Amino acid sequence: MRTRPDLIEHLPRLRRYARALTGDVNRADDLVQDTLERALAKLDLWQPGSDLRAWLFTLMHNLFVNQIRIKRPQETVMEDALDEPVSGGQMEALAARDIHAALARLPEEQREVLLLVGLEQFGYAEAAQVLGVPTGTVMSRLSRARERMRQMLAGEPAVKLKLVI
Amino acid sequence: MTDNVHEHELHAYVDGTLPEARRLEVEAWLAAHPADAARVQDWIGQNQSLHAAFDSVLNEPLPLNLVRATRRPALPVPFKAVAATLAMLVTGLIGYAIGLGTPGQAPAAPAYLARDAAIAHAVFSPESRHPVEVDAAHADHLVAWLSKRVGTQLQAPDFSAQGFELLGGRLLTGETGPVAQFMYQDKIERRVTLYVRRAVAGNTETSFRHATENGVDVFYWIDGDFGYALSGQIGRQAIQRLADAAYRQLVTASADR
Repeated sequence: MRTRPDLIEHLPRLRRYARALTGDVNRADDLVQDTLERALAKLDLWQPGSDLRAWLFTLMHNLFVNQIRIKRPQETVMEDALDEPVSGGQMEALAARDIHAALARLPEEQREVLLLVGLEQFGYAEAAQVLGVPTGTVMSRLSRARERMRQMLAGEPAVKLKLVI
Repeated sequence: MTDNVHEHELHAYVDGTLPEARRLEVEAWLAAHPADAARVQDWIGQNQSLHAAFDSVLNEPLPLNLVRATRRPALPVPFKAVAATLAMLVTGLIGYAIGLGTPGQAPAAPAYLARDAAIAHAVFSPESRHPVEVDAAHADHLVAWLSKRVGTQLQAPDFSAQGFELLGGRLLTGETGPVAQFMYQDKIERRVTLYVRRAVAGNTETSFRHATENGVDVFYWIDGDFGYALSGQIGRQAIQRLADAAYRQLVTASADR
């Protein structure tokens, strides 16, 4: 009989990621629960010897993306459009000084990359695998996420947006 | 913005993924480029803020419903029935559905303590790598920590006379608040667990009782505001000897307070 991998040891980190991703305790644990259910249902598809943690995070990513899609069917997330400098400058920067608030205002795609790399310490290639995108996309999202966080947390415009008159 | 250091390398520097030789080159480059150095410093600060904000989640007690969700298909069928009954009881008690059973029936006997304890035993006693959160090497710390969280002065009974040594303990979340679980193991690695939690208000059951929950023997009793349950699969008589010892030690200790 095939050895059943132990999911329990992944629970704490799945919960941490979900908490940071959703910003809400209950929503996060619901996402973890859905992930575990999906994982148990699909366990036969997991390749023994491959990274179980990355696989679980992949399942969570897919569920998270589906939730967003269901929640906002009308809204098209345009990453570049959202990447424009925050309007209102100082006031919004002050409001978003807190890391939680700043994360919440980050487009989901950028938030995921920032958290996978900066919090969960996935490598760029691993993060790309989890998100199902090329590594180059991970790098550009990471770059944008970090600059946007910088803007929000420090209240200063990104270097590239400086006006030279 | 960088001549000979790529933007990606600045990120890799922040995330600690550059080879050592290149890392030193980037470091030297940053020393000469303050604008980029400031960005890199901010990014490092972001990583630190993320850890500061969310690492505490790692130390939170695992919600029992999530622990169950990691194991559900592995549970033998009668255990599913137990879980479903538990869900029903919980639903009846505090209107909180955990998605397993159908709501409707009112809670039955105080035997839910035995059921919860048996489930917690079944979930954690097979753990080879993380059977406990805090091991017995730090017994004083363990008892103090669990006592604080559960809200009463706990004591880990001594079962050495019965051949069981304390392995450690963990904190769980239960429907009536935090739950302490102490785990013991004998020479042939059989395990028993003592489950302690605040009893449901109005529960005046005090007698020493036995239940069998899917092959797990549970002896349980209420002492004051707290319910205790000792679970194991070592045979009813063996578990009863341990439970007698625990009961004597704990009730004596509580009488001394």
